[in-house]
Amino acid sequence: MKPGSTCPAFGAFALSALMAGISVSAHAATIQILVTNLEFSPTEVSAKVGDTIEWVNKDPLAHTATAKDGDWDVMLPPKKSGSLVLKKAGTFAYYCRFHPNMKAALTVAP
Amino acid sequence: MFIRLSAAIAAITLLSSPALAQGAKLTDPQIAHIAYTAGVIDIAAAKQALAKTHNKEVKAFAEDMVRDHEAVNKQALDLVKKLKVTPEDNDTSKTLSKNAADERTKLSKLNGAAFDKAYVENEVAYHKAVDSALETQLIPSASNAELKSLLQTGLKIFQGHEQHAEHVLATLNQSVGHHK
Repeated sequence: MKPGSTCPAFGAFALSALMAGISVSAHAATIQILVTNLEFSPTEVSAKVGDTIEWVNKDPLAHTATAKDGDWDVMLPPKKSGSLVLKKAGTFAYYCRFHPNMKAALTVAP
Repeated sequence: MFIRLSAAIAAITLLSSPALAQGAKLTDPQIAHIAYTAGVIDIAAAKQALAKTHNKEVKAFAEDMVRDHEAVNKQALDLVKKLKVTPEDNDTSKTLSKNAADERTKLSKLNGAAFDKAYVENEVAYHKAVDSALETQLIPSASNAELKSLLQTGLKIFQGHEQHAEHVLATLNQSVGHHK
């Protein structure tokens, strides 16, 4: 199924990402969101494209951070973390698939 | 439909008034026993579902129930050990267990889509009943702060499961609609 051009294309992409990384790294941040007692904290977070969101799950339960529009779905095993690199600007409502009463939002600036 | 509804009402009535109103205020050892029993019941229901269902969503839901309730019950056991409380069997726990056993017998006679729907409907009703018992009886009666806090977390978990069960039920109803 994979096109033959995958390798060179990936190489070029990796190289440009590497070069881009030099200029972006000064600004890209990692933002932590705690998950405790079935709550995302803080519930509203502002970030920029290129930033990494890291959900730190302190509960003994498995959770997910799942975009309402289905764009991304990050598994958060018990007492473990999961992360996501933000690629698109916009406001994203997300929730936990296992406990849909856990809701929060990310606002991503370009 | 009528059987489902009456089962739900029976479950709610059972948890809200007669069984709990019998004695005076519930003690912490009794509350711990009831909360633990409520988890054990849902694990048993989920294990029955895992053995019977062929539906991917129902299977995933049942797996979530086993995983969550085992985790919470482990926390509950750790807490009672720490507090040196021995959970005490009581009429509410007994009635809960008996009703759950009856429900499992009823479900054991169903198969396929009929089983899936009955299981998930019962999960919605059961979680609603437990939410209500936690909110109106167990949490207000708990004396120990740590037990109260564990019950409050338990309430959020049960509420989450209720919403999850409602979502699964909606997808089951949708697929039934498509076949018609």
